[in-house]
Amino acid sequence: MSQNIIVQAAALGKQVISPEGQLTILKDINLSIKQGESLAVIGVSGSGKSTLLGLLAGLDTATSGKVTLDGTDLSQLDEDGRARIRAQSIGFVFQSFHLLPSLTALENTSLPLELADIDHAEQLAQQKLEEVGLAERIHHYPNQLSGGEQQRVAIARAFSGDPKILFADEPTGNLDQKTAKHIIDLLFKMNKENGATLVVVTHDNEIADRCDRKVIIAGGQLTEA
Amino acid sequence: MSLKRDWTSGELRLIGISIIIAVACLTSVNFFTDRVQRATEQQATELLAADLVLISSQKINPDVIKQATDAKLIFSLNESFRSVVLKDDKLELTEVKAVDSNYPIRGHLKISDSLFGKERIINSIPESGTVWVDSRLLQVLQIELGDFINLGASKLIVSKVLTYEPDRGGDLFNIAPRLLMNRNDLDATGLILPGSRIQYRLLLGGNAEAITQYREEIEKNQGDNKNLSIQSIKDARPELKSAIERAEQFLGLAALVSIALAGLAIAMSAQRYATRHYDNCAIMRCLGLQQKQITKIYLYQLLILGLLCSLIGCAFGYIAQEGLNRLLIGMTQTSLPAPSLFPLLSGILAGLITVMAFALPQLIRLRTVSPLRVLRRDITPLPLNNYVIYIIAVLALIFLSPWQSGSIKMTMNTLLGLCITACVLAMTAKLMLRLLKRLQPKLKMSARYGLANVTRRSNQSTVQIIGIGIGITVMILLTLIRTDLLENWKSRLPDNAPNYFLVNIQPNQVNDIRTLLANSLNENIPLYPMIRGRLIKINDEAVNIDNYSNPRAKRLASREFNLSYAEIMQEDNKLTSGSWWTEDSKQSNSNNNYFSVEEGIAETLGINIGDELTYSIAGQEVHGNVTNFRWVEWDSFNVNFFVVSNPEALIPYPSTFISSFYLPDSDRQILIDLVKQFPSITIIDLDAILNQIRTIMQQVIRAVEFVFGFTLLTGLIVLFAALQSTHDERTNEAALMSALGASRKQIISGLVAEFLFLGLITGILSAVAASIIELVLAEFVFKIDIAINPLIWIIAPVACCLIIVITGLSGTRKVLRTPPMIVLRKI
Ligand SMILES: Nc1ncnc2c1ncn2[C@@H]1O[C@H](COP(=O)(O)OP(=O)(O)OP(=O)(O)O)[C@@H](O)[C@H]1O
Ligand SMILES: [Mg+2]
Repeated sequence: MSQNIIVQAAALGKQVISPEGQLTILKDINLSIKQGESLAVIGVSGSGKSTLLGLLAGLDTATSGKVTLDGTDLSQLDEDGRARIRAQSIGFVFQSFHLLPSLTALENTSLPLELADIDHAEQLAQQKLEEVGLAERIHHYPNQLSGGEQQRVAIARAFSGDPKILFADEPTGNLDQKTAKHIIDLLFKMNKENGATLVVVTHDNEIADRCDRKVIIAGGQLTEA
Repeated sequence: MSLKRDWTSGELRLIGISIIIAVACLTSVNFFTDRVQRATEQQATELLAADLVLISSQKINPDVIKQATDAKLIFSLNESFRSVVLKDDKLELTEVKAVDSNYPIRGHLKISDSLFGKERIINSIPESGTVWVDSRLLQVLQIELGDFINLGASKLIVSKVLTYEPDRGGDLFNIAPRLLMNRNDLDATGLILPGSRIQYRLLLGGNAEAITQYREEIEKNQGDNKNLSIQSIKDARPELKSAIERAEQFLGLAALVSIALAGLAIAMSAQRYATRHYDNCAIMRCLGLQQKQITKIYLYQLLILGLLCSLIGCAFGYIAQEGLNRLLIGMTQTSLPAPSLFPLLSGILAGLITVMAFALPQLIRLRTVSPLRVLRRDITPLPLNNYVIYIIAVLALIFLSPWQSGSIKMTMNTLLGLCITACVLAMTAKLMLRLLKRLQPKLKMSARYGLANVTRRSNQSTVQIIGIGIGITVMILLTLIRTDLLENWKSRLPDNAPNYFLVNIQPNQVNDIRTLLANSLNENIPLYPMIRGRLIKINDEAVNIDNYSNPRAKRLASREFNLSYAEIMQEDNKLTSGSWWTEDSKQSNSNNNYFSVEEGIAETLGINIGDELTYSIAGQEVHGNVTNFRWVEWDSFNVNFFVVSNPEALIPYPSTFISSFYLPDSDRQILIDLVKQFPSITIIDLDAILNQIRTIMQQVIRAVEFVFGFTLLTGLIVLFAALQSTHDERTNEAALMSALGASRKQIISGLVAEFLFLGLITGILSAVAASIIELVLAEFVFKIDIAINPLIWIIAPVACCLIIVITGLSGTRKVLRTPPMIVLRKI
């Protein structure tokens, strides 16, 4: 396998049991993502973008096919094994931020570092928060921050462990246009500086256009745009 | 329709289940308590020798008897009176009871075939021409079995030694020796004359409903029949009265506890329900619904839910108590009447009131949800003014509790205790949270995260701590009180409680008897002086029966007291006000007499500290001032006196001495020696009565244990359900942690840390609170001595941690099974 392929999906399929019977969300997906590449996943609502992202990141298990992440076959791992991979190599940015309400911005940012047992977690986290421009607000709790600020904390958190891959699911879906642009700029800037791979699910053409590559999901299948 | 949807989506289910559990718990405790109470009473009917006794100073009206036969009740008539019994040249005033063949309706007579011989049950009454007499009369008149005695105009044969009659009540030291005779011989004695003081008694037996009905009828007509009185169990055996009362109080407390727990569970699940409904409400408001309409929707929903679940709860409660009833069989010989429908009705009503008081405030909050929340999810409605929640809850408890516990005083004490507890818990919880926060940076990641959750959710944590804290507090409290009560009862009637009394000891025999007892029993038995006197004046006012309306006061005012004197107070008495005399106090006010009065009698007769009492003793007047009141444990079989003076006051007057001691069955020979050596003293055998009381106490204890265990169990279930309701948030957070790379171990240790902190704080606070309420209750309600058990400080926090961690982790199975994928779906 080529050295610089970091995520690979082979004949990936996902079926769920719904009240109307078996429902195929994704079928026979083949996808290779190169190290350092940025990839946009686009498609109409309900087409299966989040499902694919979840499978690639090991948040969910596939019904068929396999995902290889940084040389490891995810289907060979149990929940804890996948958690370890996530702690070591993956960062997330979600549409609805998902900060832990009981922790401050700083604690939220350092959490993945601590989960991965990395030393000096707090200094590293503080540094990331400074990079996203929140130096003043590190001791604030999520409910004391605006949506844009919360998403900036989420980005700092996503990059705190210097992940190889960053998954983002509609990172600007909950933000106004101006803030969204700011967040996107930040995301791309951080991505470049960290040399990470970026997989972003989006409806936003502007974001998609800034990516190196675009794929479209429709009818459960994937095509390159 | 929205009710059904919410139910199937699981959101209302929790509230509903809480209501069901709560109402089931409430009704079954009620049903059960009701039955236990009746069983205990039924047990105690043995003390009356019947289910119901009517007493009159005139011949029982034939109509009253006819009513009884019409109601298909068994009845037995007896007459009792005092008369002199003659044997040769000796005579003795004796308590005579003439009985018919139905006597006793409940319980058994016991006799022996020689003085202090082996006792056995007998199922008949003395044959015509014979009498059975107690050991005292045998001793005093020096009768041998088979001898003749003279009673009035009759000559009767003494055939057996009467050792036990179930209904031999009254004052143990004042009673004359006893004689039991056949009612058919009564006329021949010629003692039944107009004007003689005779107590006519009608003993009745039958099933509980018929008895109750009969009793009600009699009570209704009692106005026309002034000298007819109904005797209750409590009059029969004063030693048992307080034990039964305390048992009833305890059962009441158990019911109170189950209400508090029910309310708690409902409040907690309602809070969860409300939180889950913020979004719904915001959307509804956006769609144009008015606040009033929202309130209405939830009000109807809650009412229907409350009613339905209360009904189901009642059904469960009924089934549960039926099961418990099976357990109790064996405690009573006859079957208990089927429970009435009333507890069902009251269960439903209590359920509805509890639901409204505890759940409604939470739901009313929903009307204030801002439609803006649709845009910004973190806008939560203004927290309802907490005081309002607490006040409504307390009002509901005040309303429900006396009804459930049957005692206003205890309710008020408990509620006051709970209110103070809640305040103290809230303040201390806040303080502890703040202190713990300081500790936070020094902890390991998972402990830090756990603590962060506790401290950050400070408000929610406080509510949880108060909620769980109150739950645990009442359970600890119930445990403590139960232990205190049982200890107390056991210590009152230890296996070596005095079973024999010596009375009529002459002053010149005191030393010899003391030596004899010390030698044969290997311990020093105290002998108390006893002087008979009649209270004639309180201050300058003559004591007159007509001044008192209360029958007990009338009785006390009319008869002679047994007075005693002592230099120091008897060990098992407690000074309740004033002070005991000392050498100093006597010298400062020389030439004076002092009285110490038992507080109950002081209240009945209207005696105050400082009053001058005048007694007539052997024809002379003795004056003295009341310097203190004492509390006396009448449950104990120790010698006790209503009024005690300083020795100087009463030594000059004629006295006899009295003593009590424990003698095992095997040592009865000592009694024979005593009688031979000191023919003039009298031995009162209390063994049979003691055993009777012990049996009843054991049954009361068993009932208390049952209800205790049952309440505790339901309490745990309720707490469990309540704790489960806080799991939503944790499930989401755990999924997020997992997405961020946390292993199961890390997630679990974070949760365990959180639960441990919560349990620790709650446990410590609960131990404090329970101890305080226990002190209050023991002092003011149960009137028992307690020793705060230091173990509680270890047990409570450990128990709290265990309960919270176990219930907490039992929910985490679901948390851990939830794939982290939900973070991509849930908003
Ligand atoms: N556990 C499940 N059970 C049933 N259906 C599911 C499940 N998970 C996903 N689906 C369905 O699969 C489809 C794809 O869902 P997914 O969330 O991946 O869409 P999406 O492309 O991310 O949409 P959006 O742009 O609206 O976020 C949807 O139709 C959804 O209803
Ligand atoms: Mg999606």
